Amino acid sequence: MDIIINISGALFLLIGSFLCISGGVGLLRFPDFYTRMHAVGVTDTLGAGMILIGLMFYSPDFLTFSKLVIILLLTLLIGPTTSHVLAKAAMHNNLMPKLQQEDNIKETSSSNY
Amino acid sequence: MFIAATLAIFVAMILAIIRGIVGPTLYDRILAVNMFGTKTVLLISLLGFVMGRPEFLDIAIVYALINFISVIGVLRYSDTNKLKHTPSNEKPLDKEY
Amino acid sequence: MKLHTVCLFLNLAAFWLLNSGHNTLLILLLGLASILLVLVISHKMDVVDHESQPLYLTRNIFSYYLWLTKEIIKANIVVVKHIWLGNQSISPTLRTIKISQKTDMGKVIYANSITLTPGTVAIDIIDDEVVVHALLKQDIESLLAGEMDRRVSQLER
Repeated sequence: MDIIINISGALFLLIGSFLCISGGVGLLRFPDFYTRMHAVGVTDTLGAGMILIGLMFYSPDFLTFSKLVIILLLTLLIGPTTSHVLAKAAMHNNLMPKLQQEDNIKETSSSNY
Repeated sequence: MFIAATLAIFVAMILAIIRGIVGPTLYDRILAVNMFGTKTVLLISLLGFVMGRPEFLDIAIVYALINFISVIGVLRYSDTNKLKHTPSNEKPLDKEY
Repeated sequence: MKLHTVCLFLNLAAFWLLNSGHNTLLILLLGLASILLVLVISHKMDVVDHESQPLYLTRNIFSYYLWLTKEIIKANIVVVKHIWLGNQSISPTLRTIKISQKTDMGKVIYANSITLTPGTVAIDIIDDEVVVHALLKQDIESLLAGEMDRRVSQLER
């Protein structure tokens, strides 16, 4: 039983570490601000979630477990709020995203942006 | 195992710092700082388990809240006080803020 | 109003107990005092209502969370795949999407779910349209298909 808990916790931690590193790589690699935001979204939702769930397997008592749950809920609440506010501020200060197709630019510039 | 995860978080934080130094616009920098903050929360909770002192989780909760408030504060400032230098009907693509 | 106050009291008490972990009389009394202070202040601010304590959502919200978690995991796998595939494989798209929710709460839940899923970010809401930036064109198409919209509308009533 102990071995199962250890192995599954380690597995969750490993997946979380991989997701965090790939989010960082995406942050460096993607071409413009709006696409980089998606890379940060990966580390904010599933990266943090996997690492915190992995830590929950190792928690010695109920209080530690509940604090990890509180941190997970806070992260899931804060992440989308911050990225929405950031995107809205960038859009209001006229930072336009690089889009792929020409027809997209026409379509969006006709509707206020 | 905890140490491996801690090292991975360190790598992600270094990547975020690089984007914060390079990042062409103001918003890239804020994004990088925000990601750095969330990674710090994870780092603090992991370090608590590495040192065998789960009391560190309290600090992690407080840090998450402070990080949120600071990012929202910076963005409110940039939204209202106009940190930008370009007039609003010019095309400001790829311009340094 | 009464029900919302009781619910807020229970939430705050659970938060205090889970965070402190001490069970001596003095600490519990201090906790009770601070909870009452928060209740008084929030009543003066007039924020204890169905908007801050949306109790009517409780019936259906857990199945929605389950479905949303599944969607988040799927979207994460796609985004990570495209991070490692590189810049040629992505097709950033900006579009306005109609939303069919009537109440503010429904609109907020829908926009927040869009932002929480990696690969799509809700940038702005104008009346009943939401501006969405997506990493891939498929993401926009799956949003237009309306599965998430239908589930949030179900949550609303």
